Amino acid sequence: MNGAQDLGGMTSFGPVRPEQDEPVFHAEWEKRALAVTLACNGMGEWTGDRNRFERESLEPGWYLTHSYYEIWLAALQNNLARKGFVGADEIAAGRALRPAPPAKRKLVAEDVAAVLAKGSPYDRPAPAPARFAVGDRVRAKLMNPAHHTRLPRYARGRVGAIESVRGVFVFPDANAHDQGEQPHWCYTVRFAGRDLWGEDADPTLVVTIDAWEPYLEPAQ
Amino acid sequence: MTHRDDHHHHDHDHDHDHSHLAEVELRVRALESILVEKGLIDPAALDLIVETYETKIGPRNGARVVARAWSDPAFRARLYRDATAAIAELGFAGRQGEHMVALENTPARHNIVVCTLCSCYPWPVLGLPPVWYKSAPYRSRVVIDPRGVLRDFGVELPATTEIRVWDSTAELRYLVIPMRPSGTEGWSEARLADLVTRDSMIGTGLAMTPAGLAHKEAST
Repeated sequence: MNGAQDLGGMTSFGPVRPEQDEPVFHAEWEKRALAVTLACNGMGEWTGDRNRFERESLEPGWYLTHSYYEIWLAALQNNLARKGFVGADEIAAGRALRPAPPAKRKLVAEDVAAVLAKGSPYDRPAPAPARFAVGDRVRAKLMNPAHHTRLPRYARGRVGAIESVRGVFVFPDANAHDQGEQPHWCYTVRFAGRDLWGEDADPTLVVTIDAWEPYLEPAQ
Repeated sequence: MTHRDDHHHHDHDHDHDHSHLAEVELRVRALESILVEKGLIDPAALDLIVETYETKIGPRNGARVVARAWSDPAFRARLYRDATAAIAELGFAGRQGEHMVALENTPARHNIVVCTLCSCYPWPVLGLPPVWYKSAPYRSRVVIDPRGVLRDFGVELPATTEIRVWDSTAELRYLVIPMRPSGTEGWSEARLADLVTRDSMIGTGLAMTPAGLAHKEAST
């Protein structure tokens, strides 16, 4: 989808502002927002791709003027409401107004260390041979889907080359929308800066993206 | 590497007044207590999650990987062949680091990592991302004007060096291995790790020089 999250190449946001000796968290509520988000992911009721879809579905003006933890929080609230776990009226009331349906799982304290250390690998067995090989010229498809996708706008329609064949990975465009994992081959594709941005681009610039096979077509 | 102090401030609350943040704080608290009341999350698990990312997982982990790569040619070879497995040898693995790739900086090529679409970042080796990494200025500009972004960090590279920007659009997580500073021959791994800054492993900085480290240690 063409949401506010797809920022590559935009201008006028001003300089990057590194903060010296930046703390891990800037406020107590940020700690709780992170922990509640990860604990709710542990309910197993939605995928990480769905989280991203909920975040990028936020209204663009709102997205661009709120901090990342606020974006996480808004997306979490939407996921919880969508699945009937917590309603906006309950958050406004500050207490539960009705029981929640049972969740698939619950992340309990005893399991936190193991769950964080294990993560969630996204690689899957190959359903078919890879279509592209290192060095192949490929075009990122011109597409503007309404659903979640990980092909940034700046690469769409552009020609690059396969830098690396990474393996078969869960396909976010399906996995964000309750359509199962539908794993596909994933490639790192490199683009010359000038092929993305035109003649004025830094001649030493190369940009890579990681692209699933359905995003790519052969190019000359 | 130096950071510009004149831009020092907290981006995340730049446009938000205190009443707004108080509202967010209340909302997070309400959400947490409702989820606990409904039995969906375990409050003890939340504390463990916060503790993990505040005290156990951070850029010191990545610095150890870099120092090992600088010191041990066999490890270095394994790191570039299969970064996930090599990094796991040091005990670092898990959430947001399930599929690692190590990128070697050389005089000919400087690597920089970004996630233009969200905030993908290699948590097991670098911890949680800094605010600037998740911010619109960085995500929008580094793919089109990386040298301008590097100047925001006080870094200037030779005009002939290729700048390769890796946009983390899939589940691969990238760790930049900065160049080993000269004058560090015979240094222990632990001492070498002190030279490795977080930003040098994202690509927005360089490893400290021995003189830079001495200056830093004298001033703290």
